[in-house]
Amino acid sequence: MALLDIEGLSVRFQTSSGLFPAVENVDIKVDRGEVWSIVGESGSGKSVAMLATMGLLPWTAEVTAERMLFDGQDLQRLGSRQRRRIVGGEMSMIFQEPMSSLNPCFTVGAQLDEMIKQHRGGTRRERHERALDLLAQVGIPDPARRIRAYPHQLSGGMSQRVMIAMAISCDPRLLIADEPTTALDVTIQAQILELLLRLQEEKGMALILITHDMGVVAETARNVIVQYAGRQVEKQEVRSLFAAPRHPYTEALLSALPERSGDADRLPTIPGVVPGQHDRPTGCLFNPRCRYVTEHCREVAPIPAADDPAHTLCHYPLNDPQAATPPDGLSPRSQQQDDNPEVRP
Amino acid sequence: MAAISTPAAPGTFRYQLASFWKDFSASRGALVGMIFIACVMIVALLAPWMAPHDPAMQDRSALLVPPVWHAEGSWRYILGTDAVGRDILSRLIFGARYSLSISAMVVLISMAGGIFLGLLAGYFRGWVETVITRVMDVVLAFPSLLLALGLVAILSPGLTSAMIAIAVVQLPYFVRLTRASVIGEKNREYVIASRLAGAGHLRLMFNTLLPNCMAPLIVQATLSFSTAILDIAALGFLGMGVQPPTPEWGAMLANAREFMGSAYWAVTFPGLIILLTVLMINLMGDGLRDALDPKMKRS
Amino acid sequence: MLKFVLVKLAQLVPTFIGVTIVAFAFIRLLPGDPILLMAGERGLTPERYAKLQAEYGFDRPLIVQYWDFLKGLLHGDLGNSLVTHSSVVNEFFSRFPATLELSIFALAFAVIIGLPAGVIAAIRRGRTLDHTIVGISLTGYSMPIFWWGLLLIMFFSGTLGWTPVSGRISFMYFIQPVTGFMTIDTLLAGNWDAFLSALHHLILPAIVLGTIPLAVIARQTRSSMLEVLGEDYVRTARAKGLSNFRVIMVHALRNALISVVTVIGLQVGLLLAGAILTETIFSWPGIGKWMIDAISRRDYPSVQGGLVLIAFLVMIVNLLVDVAYGVINPRIRH
Repeated sequence: MALLDIEGLSVRFQTSSGLFPAVENVDIKVDRGEVWSIVGESGSGKSVAMLATMGLLPWTAEVTAERMLFDGQDLQRLGSRQRRRIVGGEMSMIFQEPMSSLNPCFTVGAQLDEMIKQHRGGTRRERHERALDLLAQVGIPDPARRIRAYPHQLSGGMSQRVMIAMAISCDPRLLIADEPTTALDVTIQAQILELLLRLQEEKGMALILITHDMGVVAETARNVIVQYAGRQVEKQEVRSLFAAPRHPYTEALLSALPERSGDADRLPTIPGVVPGQHDRPTGCLFNPRCRYVTEHCREVAPIPAADDPAHTLCHYPLNDPQAATPPDGLSPRSQQQDDNPEVRP
Repeated sequence: MAAISTPAAPGTFRYQLASFWKDFSASRGALVGMIFIACVMIVALLAPWMAPHDPAMQDRSALLVPPVWHAEGSWRYILGTDAVGRDILSRLIFGARYSLSISAMVVLISMAGGIFLGLLAGYFRGWVETVITRVMDVVLAFPSLLLALGLVAILSPGLTSAMIAIAVVQLPYFVRLTRASVIGEKNREYVIASRLAGAGHLRLMFNTLLPNCMAPLIVQATLSFSTAILDIAALGFLGMGVQPPTPEWGAMLANAREFMGSAYWAVTFPGLIILLTVLMINLMGDGLRDALDPKMKRS
Repeated sequence: MLKFVLVKLAQLVPTFIGVTIVAFAFIRLLPGDPILLMAGERGLTPERYAKLQAEYGFDRPLIVQYWDFLKGLLHGDLGNSLVTHSSVVNEFFSRFPATLELSIFALAFAVIIGLPAGVIAAIRRGRTLDHTIVGISLTGYSMPIFWWGLLLIMFFSGTLGWTPVSGRISFMYFIQPVTGFMTIDTLLAGNWDAFLSALHHLILPAIVLGTIPLAVIARQTRSSMLEVLGEDYVRTARAKGLSNFRVIMVHALRNALISVVTVIGLQVGLLLAGAILTETIFSWPGIGKWMIDAISRRDYPSVQGGLVLIAFLVMIVNLLVDVAYGVINPRIRH
């Protein structure tokens, strides 16, 4: 049984001009101790999907899923009390902006203590010891002094370490890190990633890393989900993803990596932006930015082929392992799919 | 309104007006407030024609007549009469003239003074700023109504004294607001450009800086307007403002006070009209703030 | 912390000097000869005129007069009332507890109702309850409180006969003033009935005086709660698995309070202004009514002294608010 098992997760936001689908039909299955990565540009609904799993979305969000299990417990059916036992205790999360994610009115110690008290209890003394121990584990020098510090006295990197200490304080089995390094200096970024991976290994917890940085993916994850405009477009093991990306979007993201662009004078970019509420295209959501776009892409929304292990959401997946068709040609299977009556309008 | 329905090019005054109107009219409360205040203004302007009676006329045969919906009431005095037989409705209608015009004068005086001092303070900084802000701090150290009372005591009670006193009390808010916006705007590119183009101090202050600081000032002006109505009425109520027999709302309340056991209407209506006017101005002010000044916008 | 207080105190010095100048100038700005004004219509013999002029020091240069005024002020001497001929400072402080008691009850009423109302409105944002609270608080904010007081008297004292119309306590009781707080003094005297009578007399004036602060506090609480509820650290608190109650009442409210406390502090000046009206309506023997009486009797030394002392109190309260702000906002403290 998977630790986290989500199928068909959709999130829609109520806005003044109707419902906006931020996440559509997302599946994710994470086993114990696995490291997953969710990649995509800003606005592709990566964070929203995970916030929905944690139950952290505001009331304007409408969350639906066919299945949403954590360790066999149905997150959608649990009462708020039981759900809160899982959130924070068994499954915890750290965020993009460490400086604003800590409450400015309380000391680091008080915020750590609150979490430990909520999920583990123990005497004041035991909790204090544990808090000191956690601060040392995440590499904060002089924990005895820092534990009395207020968040505004810490740097961004330090704040993120405190957030990590808080997140792992109750030995969660799953840690969700939502762009944990985006707001930090480049030198600090590597340290934080290293810390996360070390803790993941030591504690044997599962890790979901949300990022827009393919470089980070390459260094950390074993499995990758690529998300675009609220949909999963591809899901692969990291090595094969880098070697043979199936979706044109993945390919575009990869080619934007400096390591991959070779000696080109300027890095290739993906023209355009992720569609928002008012400019959603018809057909495949990626079609306005896709270099392989056809008339068919503009008219019909793709569905993943049943036999595709990567669940590629594309009419013409690249690097087909069976056919090895060049990307500019149309593979026979894709054409077959065109005639598929199940294709959604 | 017709001008607003046709789209205008961005950047033009008409476009700004249209986008302002869109934000402002999005709030129902603001619209209701504006319509109400417009009605009160029209009534005040047309008072001699609207009022059924002379506000000073004392009908000795009709003392403390109740409003029309009472058995003893009559259509002659719709809202009843006061202790000396004057028609309350007519006095309220004429009272609107005093309340609105005095408050408008108060706002004009304190806004003009506040903008001038605030511009000086924000533009020249240094000792000018220190002196001005210190003096304003002193004014703020006194509870507003108390300072107004003290000033009235010096100037002797009456309409003009009340007006000046309340204008002085409101002054610091305009000074602070203008100063803060001037300091915020002063180092923006367009100001520097204008200075490089050779604009003098006065031109920079009044032509370049001031128009860009107006939005919060307009919002503050509506707030001041409602505060002024309340303060004028309070002074009138305490016998330190407009003197009887002038039909001012606060003074009407003070006169009616001793009859509140027997003639509730003489107390209720003047207060109600004060409350409604102030409430509607505040509603309008909230709408203005949301439409004009995103910085001050409260969710 | 001590340094913070001292710095704030030092910043008050210029304002304080300004206040003394305003008060000093007050009598001298009166149109006409202040001695004749103070003597009123009774008329004066030339000898008495000279004597009074010497007594008030009006024959000496202004700067000397100001210096004497300052010296007197530092020794707690603000001259004598023209009406009662007793010390202005004594007159002021014998009435001050009544105003303080009224203001404390009014502020307590405002905070106890306004704060939860603001929090509830923020949580129920956009729903009927929110609109209701916003509407009521805007009405309260626009209230002419002198009318509101009369209205409540008409209803509760007149129609229902529940509450007394004026004064601090029923004439049946005589309570030896110890603290000057009627509620405390009656308890000290062990007179339970008198205590209830004192409370009875307090209710309406406290509600009237507390109405505008209540509205302001509710509005401010709502808007700062709305702001804070969207902050990242509130999401973090939810991600910790804390109860909704704890997230709102501890993590959000603690931060929202920073601006609310400032606003509560600013209400003190408003409270004193409101006290003038409330005390007049309810014949409450406090400094507000005393000042009104002094102004209408042209008791200028009392008005002058009252102005200085009240401005003083407002400044001290503002200082305390600044300190409180530092205490609840760690970013200022460190």
